[in-house]
Amino acid sequence: MTQEHMKKVRLHDIAHARAGDKGNRSNISLIPYSAATYEILLEQVTEKRVLELFSNKGASKVVRYELPNLPALNFVIDDVLEGGVNSALNLDQHGKTLSFLLLTLSVEVPVTMTIKNTV
Amino acid sequence: MVPSVVNIGCGAGFSGDRVDAAIPVVETLAKREGPKYLIFETLAERTLALAQKHRRKDPTHGYSPFLEDYIRPILKKCYETDIKIVSNFGAANPKGAAMKISEIADQIGCENIKIAIVEGDDLLQVMSSHDIQNHPTIEGLGIDDNEVVAANVYLGARPIAEALSRGADVVVVGRCTDPALVLGPLVKEFGWGEDDWINLATGTMAGHLLECGGQVTGAYFADPGYKDVPDLANVGFPIAEVGNDGSLIITKADNTGGLVSAQTVKEQLLYEIHDPENYFTADVILDISKVRVVEVGPDRVKVSGAHGKQRPDTLKATVSIDGGWMGEAEMSYAGPNALKRAQLAIDVLKSRCRDIKTNNPIRFDIVGTMSVHSGDNEDTTHTHKYPDDGDYRIRIATCGHDKEIVERVNQEMLSLYCSGPAAGGGFRQHLTDQVQTASILVDRNKIVPKVHFLTDYA
Repeated sequence: MTQEHMKKVRLHDIAHARAGDKGNRSNISLIPYSAATYEILLEQVTEKRVLELFSNKGASKVVRYELPNLPALNFVIDDVLEGGVNSALNLDQHGKTLSFLLLTLSVEVPVTMTIKNTV
Repeated sequence: MVPSVVNIGCGAGFSGDRVDAAIPVVETLAKREGPKYLIFETLAERTLALAQKHRRKDPTHGYSPFLEDYIRPILKKCYETDIKIVSNFGAANPKGAAMKISEIADQIGCENIKIAIVEGDDLLQVMSSHDIQNHPTIEGLGIDDNEVVAANVYLGARPIAEALSRGADVVVVGRCTDPALVLGPLVKEFGWGEDDWINLATGTMAGHLLECGGQVTGAYFADPGYKDVPDLANVGFPIAEVGNDGSLIITKADNTGGLVSAQTVKEQLLYEIHDPENYFTADVILDISKVRVVEVGPDRVKVSGAHGKQRPDTLKATVSIDGGWMGEAEMSYAGPNALKRAQLAIDVLKSRCRDIKTNNPIRFDIVGTMSVHSGDNEDTTHTHKYPDDGDYRIRIATCGHDKEIVERVNQEMLSLYCSGPAAGGGFRQHLTDQVQTASILVDRNKIVPKVHFLTDYA
């Protein structure tokens, strides 16, 4: 599809997410509202982009796991919790709010796609 | 006779969860046919270390502080309708918890209730502090020479199943894997063997979906306009229906708010999961990578396709060590030019903290601009995209082993009342006794869980 057939939206418009913590590692699930959008997530929400998004918090590595039957992605982000629940100085020691930081990433979708907040 | 379906409800998903959530779950379970169970999961990683500290101060304490609040409203109904209770609210003192439950049972006319205690999770009983300190850590900080406050192994489902087979109405555990609270009853009812990996995987997945209470039934999910949840204030807690054919349905208590949908189940399925093919527990390595989630009715979701691999030879243990002190202090600035005054206050704090000459880390935030999403060392002056007028709250946080230094940093915030920028108000501070945790792996053969009944001690 060419450039003019695409529009930019936030991940928040097409997917939902939840963050969990273990030690100094966070995992964030990314689940498309529509299964048809899974391919867009696969193509555009890469390990590299997610690592970049969390680099200000010290993230050192991102591994992306694919669950095509759900469908969903699961991101495991190392060293992002500034010490984790027992030692982080951040107000959010668990990194519970980080799911919605992931949802700020922008993605390109076909202009014809109905997105969640316009339903 | 092996039942066709076992119903398991969850009454709490963490140590501070709603104390009345179990009531509708019990009302619903009471109407069901077949074996019925109610679990409470109340023991996070560091909750046990705090409990251990309480027990040291008073040997009758050290179990879940909300035990009575959870148990009293539902115990009689559970006993009368044959709903067995399984929980880790024993924390650092399962026997103490069992005695408390027995006391409540006597008061409400359930004198003959059988209360079982699962012990054997306390690693300090079988291993010296020195040996524990020398174990390599797989998560968290190195233990080094720090004093070990608590060290507990995550037990599996087998001792819970044993307690139930021996007739327990209530099973009190200290540390076990959260899914074991659900898998234990299933192993008892269905007689699943130690190498029945597929069924153990399904039971573990059921436990994983239930262990956080409302997180699978619409709680911790709502995002208005995007993910709406009916009557969140009265969210119903989950019930799993597990079939002897390995089928699993997630539903919730009748006449409650919340919802069970494919979306709510997917979010919880991946919660705190790393590699979906390899979720290690004491009983099985769970593989959820091929799982399918299908809505089969109102508030009913079928979950299928869990796979299991041979359980690991090691058990995970959480080691808690003394973590010093954490100090936090806050102050508000609001109205015209509030952001500039907040920034000036932080400049003053930074200058004052330099004079304290400590190497302890110190973090500054302006709540109302970027705070929880920003890193420890990000510059708080990069706030140009936020309006000068507004309602902002500054925060300082620090930690260290020297309590006086930590207190002194908090004190600097307090002093802004008279010595900071104009109109700072609403000062609050906290000083918290910290516990650090680390995870180690322990040879399974060293750990021998034991089941006792409270009557054994009489």
